[in-house]
Amino acid sequence: MIEIQNLVKLYGNKSALEGVSFNVGEGEIVGFLGPNGAGKSTTLNILTGYLSSSSGTVKVGGIDVFEYPDEAKKLIGFLPEQPPLYHDMKVSEYLNFVYEIKRCKLNRKKHLEEIMQTTKILDVKDRLIGNLSKGYRQRVGIAQALVGNPPVIIFDEPTVALDPKQIIEIRNLIRNLGKTHTVILSSHILSEIQSVCDRVVIINEGRIIADEKTESITRVAGDTNEYIIKVAGPQREVQSALRSLRGIVFSEPTGERDGDSYCFRIKSETGVDIRKPLFYMLAEKNWPLMGLEPQGMNLEDVFVRIMDNDMKKSKSAKA
Amino acid sequence: MFAIYKKELRSYFTTPLGYVFCGVFLAISGFLLGITTLYSGTVDVSSFYQVMIFACGILVPILTMKTFAEERRQKTEQLLMTAPLPIFKMVLAKFLSSYTIFVLSLATGCVYFLPLSTYGTMNAARTVGCLVAMLLVGMVFVAIGIFVSSLTDNTVTAAVGTIVIILVMVAASMFNGLIDFYPIRQALSWISVYGRYTYFTYGIFDFSALVYYFSLTVVFLFLTVRVFDRRRWA
Repeated sequence: MIEIQNLVKLYGNKSALEGVSFNVGEGEIVGFLGPNGAGKSTTLNILTGYLSSSSGTVKVGGIDVFEYPDEAKKLIGFLPEQPPLYHDMKVSEYLNFVYEIKRCKLNRKKHLEEIMQTTKILDVKDRLIGNLSKGYRQRVGIAQALVGNPPVIIFDEPTVALDPKQIIEIRNLIRNLGKTHTVILSSHILSEIQSVCDRVVIINEGRIIADEKTESITRVAGDTNEYIIKVAGPQREVQSALRSLRGIVFSEPTGERDGDSYCFRIKSETGVDIRKPLFYMLAEKNWPLMGLEPQGMNLEDVFVRIMDNDMKKSKSAKA
Repeated sequence: MFAIYKKELRSYFTTPLGYVFCGVFLAISGFLLGITTLYSGTVDVSSFYQVMIFACGILVPILTMKTFAEERRQKTEQLLMTAPLPIFKMVLAKFLSSYTIFVLSLATGCVYFLPLSTYGTMNAARTVGCLVAMLLVGMVFVAIGIFVSSLTDNTVTAAVGTIVIILVMVAASMFNGLIDFYPIRQALSWISVYGRYTYFTYGIFDFSALVYYFSLTVVFLFLTVRVFDRRRWA
């Protein structure tokens, strides 16, 4: 559905993108991940025809964005980083305006009603956008992107500055949209992409450093044998008992204390499920196990690791 | 394109700007009509409209200052630029909406002719000539304002920049007569919006001036489109 090839963008002498390439298939939800200033917004702005690239090609639904911008733009719904809202308009007026400039052919009343329903803004449709809360504004921004029912929807950091409840709502909304649309979601919040996207494309300093299925990235990292445990018992003795338990390769108090319980970080041998022996050992000594928390590596760690590798590579390349 | 035109017109009247412009325009033209025409006891409005050009040089920039600057400041231009709509249509829609307000104000100003005509017979050709000239000059001014507005995201900068450009253009024709050196005089007359205005006040329809004003408008609108192209490619 989307083919991006060798995208380069120069701002003066500074290069924002250095040969970005990736594809997005129909019906995929792809997370576009990177720290601030990595080139996420630049890529998305080029993809939507707001900026041009210095070189490289972008095709949406087989249509070149630079050669046939109007045709390509019809296929894309875009929510920029800051939702493009006119504060002196009412919500319904605004959506009608968007409907007109996108030259929609759908049944206007029904279509807009549906969009307002999915984004849950029906109750504010007669209010001025300038008077709405941030969460509502964001939803109006999403509604705007949905007008005309474009097959491709692009969200640039849609949950920034929202409260946790709103974030969950918007993520659910995006997940639902993903059932019928191709979605690109940019974010620097990794758990967001983890919870919504099928695939992750990671960008750093204008280059793609990873492009994989979300599961495979999480699985590679997720094969954990590390736990934080909380035990009610004397710290030093528990520590030495843990050390002597078969299967444990590493144990260390974290220094946290909760009443008469102490926390420890333990690591078992690969392929050993340490939880049962641990439980029996502690029960035998009469030290109740108060907590057991697996330390799965999340996308954050993966991200940091990839970035580190990337930096090492570029350093050694320079040397 | 019509959607943007409608939206722009609407925004002139949902914000105070449209009312303020019309009101101030009428107030100033009433005042100027008083001191130019009524005081001198004539019904000839040509000197009134000559002074009005200066007033428009300050008023029109206020009308056009927010056309693009405000869109950029509020980041709404991203919506327009990613809509399936060629840039020139967007520019044209903005131009037409501002120009509509200008024409409306100018037309409303014609009510002043009613009391004036009770004092004597107005020269129809000269009056119409003046109005046509005002329409043309206003068109150029609006185009300049749109162009300057597209350069900045600050409305005040846009307004002041436009005023400066317009006043330089108007002043160019006044200094023109003082300069002996022919090439400079020739160069100044290219940007002299005011100089070409004079024939109309005699009631003479100057076709070359018409072409001049239209081309100047097109040049500035074209430059505006280029501003957006350049920003995309920069």
